[in-house]
Amino acid sequence: MFPRPIQQTSQTSQWLYTIALPVALFLWLFPLIGVAVTSLRPASDLAQGNYFGMPSYIAFENYADVFRNTPMARYILNSFVVTIPTVIGAVTLSLMTGFALAVYKFRSNLILFFLFVAGNFVPFQILMVPVRDLTLDLGMYNTWYGLALFHIAFQTGFCTLFMRNFIKALPFELIEAARVEGVAEWRIFWYIVLPLMRPAIAALSVLIFTFIWNDFFWATVLTSSPETQPITAGLSSLNGQWVAAWHLVSAGSILAALPPVAMFFLMQKHFIAGLTLGAVK
Amino acid sequence: MSTYWKANQRRLAPWLFLAPGLLMFAVYVIIPIFQSIWISFYDWDGLGEAKWIGTANYVELTTDPNMVTSFKNNLIWLALYMLAVPAGLFIAIFLNQTVRGIRLYKSLFFFPFVISQVVVGLIFSWFYAPNFGLLYNVIEWATGQGVAILADPDLVTYGIIAAGLWPQIAYVMILYLTGLNNVAPDQIEAARLDGAKGWRMLWYVIIPQLRPATFIAVVVTVIGALRSFDLVSIMTNGGPFGSSRVLSYYMYEKALSEYGYRMGYGAAIAVVLFAIMMVFISGFIWKMWRDENDR
Repeated sequence: MFPRPIQQTSQTSQWLYTIALPVALFLWLFPLIGVAVTSLRPASDLAQGNYFGMPSYIAFENYADVFRNTPMARYILNSFVVTIPTVIGAVTLSLMTGFALAVYKFRSNLILFFLFVAGNFVPFQILMVPVRDLTLDLGMYNTWYGLALFHIAFQTGFCTLFMRNFIKALPFELIEAARVEGVAEWRIFWYIVLPLMRPAIAALSVLIFTFIWNDFFWATVLTSSPETQPITAGLSSLNGQWVAAWHLVSAGSILAALPPVAMFFLMQKHFIAGLTLGAVK
Repeated sequence: MSTYWKANQRRLAPWLFLAPGLLMFAVYVIIPIFQSIWISFYDWDGLGEAKWIGTANYVELTTDPNMVTSFKNNLIWLALYMLAVPAGLFIAIFLNQTVRGIRLYKSLFFFPFVISQVVVGLIFSWFYAPNFGLLYNVIEWATGQGVAILADPDLVTYGIIAAGLWPQIAYVMILYLTGLNNVAPDQIEAARLDGAKGWRMLWYVIIPQLRPATFIAVVVTVIGALRSFDLVSIMTNGGPFGSSRVLSYYMYEKALSEYGYRMGYGAAIAVVLFAIMMVFISGFIWKMWRDENDR
């Protein structure tokens, strides 16, 4: 193990490490802690210049204000409405593409695989004008499904990479044995491969959920009104209205951050398995 | 039909499995790339008639001072973002211990990556805010003179990059933590017996074994640096005086904001950004291709 386990070092360095850990964490999360505290600070404190001292009381009213005076609840709902179908769609499509690229040998296999991988890395801006036009032409501009369809298509690139490598690592003998038995290809997919994909599906679902929840660019390009805008775009426009009302900005930010954070803490193992794909061999 | 299917099942099946995903990916990702390149040769406001103007957009780009600023900022982003790699490694080494509660520490250190860049941008705007922000006050306390980082054309890009590095370092850290977990313990022991420790151990034994993690870390950091749209948009809108623009933001500004609907010109900027990205993407793909054929 590297570095040398702290238990094997001198008493002094063990003490130092025990102190350094929380201090480092505090410094690392300092901006976030500051915002969390500000979100609970009453507006009157801010008006009197009490920016950093103890809040005079814990002001949950900031959160109530945000919900009462802005379409925040609607934005949150919109985010779910776009995110959940995207997760389902991208995972479904990539299970199939991943299966095709992992199990069958055909001439354009690797080329198609790298097409998905490369497409996943392109800058969004090169897609922006045509995708916006296409969405307008289909009459899907400023609808949740217009946004979700694009996300499904784009995320299929990353998901295919993930699924294909996962299926490749499964024991191929399983599939061969089934073929010898004369099992149809789609049955192999459905009854043999799919049940083994649970960890991959879980990992990708949490990851895609977070990516889509946090997407801002496409939300600004493909939606325009509070009825459809997800929370990232909503927060950005609220930020324009709340000039320097930091207690509200902070409360809104914390609200926007909560769902992915909850997802991460609940599904931590899967989340990290998804992110570190390929970093471990 | 049934006999044909039986005979050719294994040849047709991959294409049937690929069809929906490939179709979606082609319509929304592959074809739009070529459409953008095509549009970049037109003068088009997005609504009326598009007029073919050849390379005029690109010629205009070469003399556009905003383009120079954006391009320069992109280079700064790219260079400074790379700091996330050593910084992430450093934190990973710091946290790679087995003491009580270390799992929670690791998750909390990873925290910034999970939250949206919009929120990260707002958090740092608060952090930098003149009179009010924490950092502003710390600087004022230390030097007697506060600095409004986001209002200073010389500092603004660095301020935004610092905000971007925060989640990026967290991401790299988690990659290295997983990597460190998989370093062969017998090699470390062998090196220890040979008297290697500290930096020499890190450099000659550990880092070579972390190559797969380093590769992914560099890939995601380069992509992250070139995609820097969200933070610029949230924190400064490219200001003050356009000094924090980057290509991705400038493109959006030209094509879709109140500065006008110049789709062709915007597409040309996007093509330039795409070309820069392609240099890196080809490198990644080339390496992956080699690994794939080695197996």
